[in-house]
Amino acid sequence: MPTPNAIPMPLQHIASQPRRDLPQPAQIPVRGLPIRQPPSWHAPLEWLVRGLAMVAILAIVLIFAFLVKSALPMFTTEEIRKEVTQAQMWFATLWPGYDAPENVWQPVSDVPKYGLWPLLTGTLKSTLVSMAIAAPLGVAAAVFVAFYARGRTREILKPALELLAGIPSVVLGFFALISLATWLQDTFGFDSRLNALVSGVALSLAIVPVVFTISEEAIGAVPLTYVEASTALGAAKWQTILKVVLPTAAPGIASAIALGFGRAVGETMIVLMASGNAAITSWNPADSVRTLSATVASELGEVVFGSAHYAVLFYLGLLLFIFTTLLNVLGGRVIDAQKAKVKSR
Amino acid sequence: MVIVDKSRQIRAKIGDVAMVVATLSAVLLLLLALGLLLGDVAIHAREKLSWTFISQPPSDGMMAGGIFPAILGTAMLVILMTAVSVPIGVATAIYLHEYARADALWTRALRMAVQNLAGVPSIVFGLFGLGFFVQFVGGGMDHVLHSDKLVWGQPGLLWAALTLATLTLPTTIVATEEALRQIPSAQREAAYALATSRFEVVFRLLVPQAMPGILTGGILAVSRGAGEVAPILFTGAAYFLPELPKGLDSQFMHLGYHVYVMATQSADVDASTPILYATVAVLLTLTFTLNLAAVIVRARMRRA
Repeated sequence: MPTPNAIPMPLQHIASQPRRDLPQPAQIPVRGLPIRQPPSWHAPLEWLVRGLAMVAILAIVLIFAFLVKSALPMFTTEEIRKEVTQAQMWFATLWPGYDAPENVWQPVSDVPKYGLWPLLTGTLKSTLVSMAIAAPLGVAAAVFVAFYARGRTREILKPALELLAGIPSVVLGFFALISLATWLQDTFGFDSRLNALVSGVALSLAIVPVVFTISEEAIGAVPLTYVEASTALGAAKWQTILKVVLPTAAPGIASAIALGFGRAVGETMIVLMASGNAAITSWNPADSVRTLSATVASELGEVVFGSAHYAVLFYLGLLLFIFTTLLNVLGGRVIDAQKAKVKSR
Repeated sequence: MVIVDKSRQIRAKIGDVAMVVATLSAVLLLLLALGLLLGDVAIHAREKLSWTFISQPPSDGMMAGGIFPAILGTAMLVILMTAVSVPIGVATAIYLHEYARADALWTRALRMAVQNLAGVPSIVFGLFGLGFFVQFVGGGMDHVLHSDKLVWGQPGLLWAALTLATLTLPTTIVATEEALRQIPSAQREAAYALATSRFEVVFRLLVPQAMPGILTGGILAVSRGAGEVAPILFTGAAYFLPELPKGLDSQFMHLGYHVYVMATQSADVDASTPILYATVAVLLTLTFTLNLAAVIVRARMRRA
């Protein structure tokens, strides 16, 4: 006995296929209907669409290839290898005139020093400050918009928060440099006006929209039945949010934070303008810092094409590229995993 | 009879109130930050903002006159960028959603490329623009066309626009694909059942309907491109030029770059601050107007 509403046998193989693989009826001869030939210019245009679609892959490959190509002389050119080695970059070195081995970033001096630690700690400090602010704010705002904002409020709130995303980073950098730095120094009495805290606070304004948008999407993807079941069992709204919705949306929120972190590490103009740009290795957030991205931005304009310094700056770019790409792939994986998990239940 | 646990009810109430207070204060804090920034700019920009400021070139070593060349340079850059980025972005989205098999390896690679392109730091695009467009493509063109005379192998409008186009590509792709996804597949099936070719389905049925989405993506790309400074630092922007850009190989002035250089390298801070605020106000007006337009187009699209 065939069950009612079942798909008829002959159509089953079609119904089970993805939509795009449906046979094109134009090519199936039907008695009494002439086969229509498409105009000859259709085919080349379709190939153009296919070709243009490859640009995105080409772009990502070319970016990687040209970063590698420009950084490669660090390993292959004898002259450059005399000036900079991997050991000097990653470990402490005893430089002439120093009492103890140190890792220093001083590319323009008689003995150029390309130690990465000041830049890495600088990047980490201002990024951590920004994440400490942006992650809780972004997630809390997403919870508010998803559960408490109704009708009008919601319609105004979402675009307002998107407006924050529309502020160019150079404007945030300017705001931090001119106003925010002065306010914070007057309040906390920092020794150096521009420091990791100032740039971190400004950076958080650029990161919050990223965390907010992706978290809100993840929270929205939690099936309504979960919320209904929890409410039916007598849970209060806050219990439902904390114990049902947020744990279910946790992978999405985690990837929101990962993607925000990637953005914070790569953000350039804000840290270039508001971090003070002093390459000091310290863990005090009130010290001036110099980040990887700001170093590239401020030094590339003055280097000689093909010099050791030039290669090192592309090497920094390569590090940034690899790091953010890893975070991106990881973040994407986690989102996909969450979608699959919710679907399978 | 229903047994009501009073203390439990009270606990639920307190928890709910605490939750609302915590999340609402996060929202208010963000709105406050936005308000502080906009208010700060609005108050300080009034002093200098005028028609002269918008329509005149700078004079007296940048301390007088206006920023017209920077506005023009930004506009030229963004128009050129859109002309490259939107057709490629739309084609990619059409390919992804209408042509490619969803589960094929190649499609997955393309999706991953788009996703990763969106996450590449803007300064890395700057490095890429310099290494690839300026030195490799431009240098190569000079070698072939101009027997190594420096024409294209130096920073210029075209290279900056192409760098920005690469950066804004994901924005257009995502917006267009979103618009295509919203068209019910019954429409496609009906069209195919009427013996329509795929080309006609895509270009006469789907693309016209996706137009608002494509427009939204284009506007957002323009807004993003207008504000990005890091990618054009080494690919074509200049702080001061005595004349307007003449061709695709000329350098250009740019609002965001102007703000960056003047804010970090100006000798006379008191004199440059009002000019800076006014420039920031112009830049913000530009990007906010564009964002608002995108929001309105998208809201209309949802209602339709």
